[in-house]
Amino acid sequence: MSFDTGVILDNFPKLLTGAVLTVQLVALSGLGGLALAFPIGIARSSRRPWVRALPWCYIFFFRGTPLLVQLFLVYYGLSQFSAIRHSELLWPYLRDPYWCALIAMSMNTAAYIAEILRGALQAVPRGEIEAAIAVGMSKGQILRRILVPRAVRIGLPAYSNEVILMLKGSALASTITLLELTGMARTIIAETYMPVEIFLAAGACYLAISFLMVRTFKLAENILNRHLRHAR
Amino acid sequence: MITMTHTLPPALQADNIHKRFGSLEVLKGISLTAHDGEVISILGSSGSGKSTFLRCLNLLEAPHEGRIALGGEDFKLKRLKDGSLVSADPRQITRLRASMGFVFQSFNLWPHMTILENVIEAPVMVRKTPRKQAVAEAEALLEKVGIADKRNAYPGHLSGGQQQRAAIARTLAMQPRVLLFDEPTSALDPEMVAEVLNVINGLAEEGRTMLLVTHEMRFARNVSTRVLFLHDGRIEEEGTPDKVFDDPASPRCRQFMASHR
Ligand SMILES: Nc1ncnc2c1ncn2[C@@H]1O[C@H](COP(=O)(O)OP(=O)(O)OP(=O)(O)O)[C@@H](O)[C@H]1O
Ligand SMILES: [Mg+2]
Repeated sequence: MSFDTGVILDNFPKLLTGAVLTVQLVALSGLGGLALAFPIGIARSSRRPWVRALPWCYIFFFRGTPLLVQLFLVYYGLSQFSAIRHSELLWPYLRDPYWCALIAMSMNTAAYIAEILRGALQAVPRGEIEAAIAVGMSKGQILRRILVPRAVRIGLPAYSNEVILMLKGSALASTITLLELTGMARTIIAETYMPVEIFLAAGACYLAISFLMVRTFKLAENILNRHLRHAR
Repeated sequence: MITMTHTLPPALQADNIHKRFGSLEVLKGISLTAHDGEVISILGSSGSGKSTFLRCLNLLEAPHEGRIALGGEDFKLKRLKDGSLVSADPRQITRLRASMGFVFQSFNLWPHMTILENVIEAPVMVRKTPRKQAVAEAEALLEKVGIADKRNAYPGHLSGGQQQRAAIARTLAMQPRVLLFDEPTSALDPEMVAEVLNVINGLAEEGRTMLLVTHEMRFARNVSTRVLFLHDGRIEEEGTPDKVFDDPASPRCRQFMASHR
């Protein structure tokens, strides 16, 4: 068996553009998912059953079905509705695989992040909340000043884990024609017939990206959780 | 002593407080009137309902019956389906709570904020005190409780005694009308009890109105103007420290005092 490093070098610029798109998809869906997850996660940890019901259904659906199916539903499914095809506002986005991938990935990761957030909210010690009640803080103030900041710190390691999972899940975007890292690798292979070299190179790119992401999150954790350092 | 020469309404008044957890009746009608400057210690064996009573006073627990007034202002209450009473007016209850300091056994400082941030949080957020002024007041309070050098430390980096003093400063920052202490030294290592009791004693000498649940018998006797002994959800004995400690009418109280010398 021969191993051709030349083909990797020749195609590296292409792989790099794929990697840039991958990072973009993961970063934007990670942020979009986070923004979506706050209302879902907070409603999910409500004590009122009817407030909990809707986020429960959302989480049940998005965690219970494969991301691939969700991608297809957004990309192929929504275009079945003529109202959407004729909507001047939505169609320019929903016909574009890039936006479809972003939407599906954001909604998918939001379900997981919402569950992380719910767990983190419930892990905030009751006494800290009572202290806030006792000084006369309102519900909204307690949420903004105590609960969410504490939950973010508690949930950060799990969130960073979810973003890494999303990085790997983003490979599925290639199935709706997006030329992110995996999609680009497959295109190059179709031209060169060198799957081993190209997939190895793509794998190395994924490793490098996830390494950088882990380091970034570790840094954020160290800054946010400085109150825990050398704690007794 | 505490006679009816006051024309002012009592600082804190609670009438006939009842509370149950499920079918367990924990408070069976407790009434208490605290006038300005009074220090009232609440004693009783474990499970007698001391914490529950204190927590009912600022509605951290929802009582099932009763009336509470702070400085003559009645708490507006409404009854839930389960029979318990909660505030009927969110604005009123946050305002009243802001005027009732509560010090917890487990300090309950906010660990993600520095000590200074803990102390200015409520003045800035609730009282809308300008930040600069809140910081100046907080620094004076930290000085007063003896941890000025810890202003930029996080709670987790402080000893238990220092944390409890910070929690007291946090409470004082709201300039409360009454202070409620629920076993403020019970979670502390023995060598740290004195530093917290000293702070509380200083507050008593300033003439602050306080309710103090404690197992520190000698301290309660010295600091209190009045002592209540709770048993099984009722006030079993009430009077001056000398009376309750040395000459209680109730046999149960006598027994309790004998076993807590
Ligand atoms: N949230 C709760 N749910 C159910 N039962 C409770 C709850 N809180 C307190 N109780 C019960 O109510 C009774 C009184 O409890 P409380 O904490 O008021 O006692 P206490 O006098 O403060 O005791 P201690 O000296 O141990 O602190 C106990 O039997 C306790 O088990
Ligand atoms: Mg107690």
